Amino acid sequence: MSGMQQSHLKRLEAESIEIFREVAAEFQKPVMLYSIGKDSSVMLHLAMKAFYPSKLPFPLLHVDTTWKFREMIAFRDETVARLGLDLIIHTNEDGVARGVNPFDHGSANYTHVMKTEGLKQALDTYGFDAAFGGARRDEEKSRAKERIFSFRDKNHSWDPKNQRPELWNLFNARVHKGESIRVFPLSNWTELDIWQYIASENIAIPSLYFAAPRPVVQRDGSLIMVDDERFPIEPDEVVDTKTVRFRTLGCYPLTGAIPSSADTVGKIVEETLAIKSSERQGRLIDVDEAGSMEKKKREGYF
Amino acid sequence: MNVSTKQGSAGNTILADQDMKDTLRVMTCGSVDDGKSTLIGRLLYDTKLLFDDQLDTLRSDTEKHGTTGDEEFDLALLVDGLQAEREQGITIDVAYRFFSTGKRKFTIADAPGHEQYTRNMVTAASNSDLAIILVDARTGILTQTRRHSYLASLIGIRHVVLAVNKIDLVDYAQERFDDIVASYRGLVDQFDFKTLQAIPISARYGDNVIEPGGNTPWYDGPCLLDFLENVQVGLRRDKGPFRMAVQWVNRPDSDFRGYSGTIASGHVKPGDQIVVAKTGRGAAISKIVTADGNLSEAGPGEAITITLDDEIDISRGDLLVAADARPDVSDQVAAHIVWMGDEELLPGRSYKMKCGTQTVTATVTELKHRIGIDNFRELAAKTLNMNEIGFCNLSLSEPIAFDAYKDNRETGAFILIDRLTNATVAAGMISFGLRRATNIHVQALDISKKARSEQKGQRACALWFTGLSGSGKSTIANVLEKKLQAAGRHTYLLDGDNVRHGLNRDLGFTDVDRVENIRRIGETTKLFVDAGLIVLVSFISPFRSERQMARDLLEKDEFIEIYTETPIEVCQQRDPKGLYKKAIAGDLKNFTGIDSPYEHPENPEIRVDTTERSADDLADDILAHLKDGGYLV
Repeated sequence: MSGMQQSHLKRLEAESIEIFREVAAEFQKPVMLYSIGKDSSVMLHLAMKAFYPSKLPFPLLHVDTTWKFREMIAFRDETVARLGLDLIIHTNEDGVARGVNPFDHGSANYTHVMKTEGLKQALDTYGFDAAFGGARRDEEKSRAKERIFSFRDKNHSWDPKNQRPELWNLFNARVHKGESIRVFPLSNWTELDIWQYIASENIAIPSLYFAAPRPVVQRDGSLIMVDDERFPIEPDEVVDTKTVRFRTLGCYPLTGAIPSSADTVGKIVEETLAIKSSERQGRLIDVDEAGSMEKKKREGYF
Repeated sequence: MNVSTKQGSAGNTILADQDMKDTLRVMTCGSVDDGKSTLIGRLLYDTKLLFDDQLDTLRSDTEKHGTTGDEEFDLALLVDGLQAEREQGITIDVAYRFFSTGKRKFTIADAPGHEQYTRNMVTAASNSDLAIILVDARTGILTQTRRHSYLASLIGIRHVVLAVNKIDLVDYAQERFDDIVASYRGLVDQFDFKTLQAIPISARYGDNVIEPGGNTPWYDGPCLLDFLENVQVGLRRDKGPFRMAVQWVNRPDSDFRGYSGTIASGHVKPGDQIVVAKTGRGAAISKIVTADGNLSEAGPGEAITITLDDEIDISRGDLLVAADARPDVSDQVAAHIVWMGDEELLPGRSYKMKCGTQTVTATVTELKHRIGIDNFRELAAKTLNMNEIGFCNLSLSEPIAFDAYKDNRETGAFILIDRLTNATVAAGMISFGLRRATNIHVQALDISKKARSEQKGQRACALWFTGLSGSGKSTIANVLEKKLQAAGRHTYLLDGDNVRHGLNRDLGFTDVDRVENIRRIGETTKLFVDAGLIVLVSFISPFRSERQMARDLLEKDEFIEIYTETPIEVCQQRDPKGLYKKAIAGDLKNFTGIDSPYEHPENPEIRVDTTERSADDLADDILAHLKDGGYLV
């Protein structure tokens, strides 16, 4: 590519690689949050590139809420084995003991206990001083405001009104003991960029992203997949088999499917360009209350 | 108009089309209430890039927080994403939005207008190619317009759109527009803007944002989006010689040693000669490694790993550069800084400085001036408060490699970090190195200190004698050197009085001169040690900090401090040169021990007591120490 301008995706890729290397060089104990979705898959792919031919100089962390799609867990384990990765799995056992679940406790409480608290427990237990996350600025309004190196205090809280200025590519990686930085290497990627990159790099993603006949129920305006026997089916609900796919992946009872026949990456890109709702619409946890993402982030959510 | 319609044909064609587009990084700035957030909302809305659920949210947000009265959408709420922003109706921090048209992809950074949040505006500017500076047509140019224009220029933005907004509120009057444009052109006359396009707009109603709208028939220039799609900003990093800061040393096993980083400027290919800027060590590039295979050439912005044909010492922080076009290397620089700390800048206090991947300690030694925002005049200043801009000299704990910011944004920018709070307190742009060492590059020599020492059958070191005048330093050093000579060792004796007759004859005995005296001796000692000699240094050297400086110039175990611990009464009795008499009589000023302090060493390697034993015995003791320490092979 000598003398030529870098293509859009190459430019984004190089920017992300620079961020990965900077963190590996500057922090004592980084970790990568791995949530198995398409963004995590892209993030992992970029990290592997950043350190090639070396192996990843940090482990992956999956905060397992115990309510992920079964296929996600299988995909996770297969990926870790295939790439020879060091994966830490953490579950908030206290939450499990208390029987916290998305049906009886409401999505907000459930998310707080099993995701946010679980994450904070894991970060504290291992003493990580930097944690990569796959969030993008185009996802949501408060994310659009967040730095690439996002400082968190001892309680993992984000203070959006007092963020460190982030100048040029000169990231301030200095933290005191107990404080940490959340790092977002995909900050400047859009949903379309992610799909284009998956297509051009042939990145493996869970098949849940591709349309297929799946058992779903209609609940609160969303199509929820009945992924295992723990799903309580209300008397007035009917389990139908519909051809659907998922735009984002999370805990299956909280992730809405969309009717779709897109079963290849090319068709997904086409659908993404024509779609009329934003990606996070399928995330039930984001619509609980106004400004809920900012609130969750202040509490330590990714 | 080339607005993408979201109705794609075939996914793969779209993939290719999207990837070929270039990206323009735009920021909006200007005073509070000039309509920056509304303008970005308008761009997103009119280019039909908003999703249905986002419009639903916007509709309900407008009912709750809207400031536009009866309209369905308050477009500013699209970008003011923080709760506090929506409640207060202002922008606090930069929001990054992305959109694309048929021609280009855009990153838009919406910077806050309040003076309090100027640092966030600078954050946005540091990664932008073009600035849209908004002005309210009713109020015209305000202090923040000036400040933001100056900062945009200082940070190197060369393309500016002056968007005269709310033109609807002055009845689309051409005269008002012309007045504002004329005074703005006068204001920025001295700035180095390459393009300046003035456009009358109404962000609220959309005039001249993506379509003319018919209310300004007197304006025949481009609409905002049209201009943004077509302006040529050039490839900033493509020109200039090769520069790459080493971020991370890539060493998967003993067979592979690579240096990972992102190319800041220039191009390289295997076989090119590069050098490490700070040491002058050079080698040729063997391979340019990436996960997608080795490259035959790489250019600006590419994240690569370089392997070399020779094993030279390279670590994180080193700047790899073209051998024939080297950067400055200096430990003193002059730079513009924008102060961002809550606490004021304190000249003399040390801060952490990050420049590329180099981190050093920096002190502002002299604040030359502060920039007055009203007329951009240089004002005298003792300090800088938050959001003030100044020009200063900085002294660094060790040399860094850099280019002037105007020549290379990547290698000429730095940040300052408070050492206690870890806050980023300043953005800096280097103008030049103060040592003016541009053409004095460290020459890498093939014969090393080790080789020179070994040839002489010894390990080079410095025996630093410190103590009061008359304490016996020179006497012992003299005896010791004779013994070393007799044993076939290669030595040199630097004596305080003798050096003051030559190298340091321009120096007196004030504290400032004493510090310089020892600095020169320290450097001279370093050269002699480098030559492989056992150097005997006999100087009063009264201050701990300067002895520490001399110690720091050498490697560990090379500096042997010998304290001649003779009480001052004994020294006065001896008074071999009659100096104590003169000093006590007041005929000799600044005499150590009389009217100038002596700070005794806390942990010298050797202490000698000249009141009990002879110079000859003491010299034998030191000789034994050298033998035990392996200096005499």
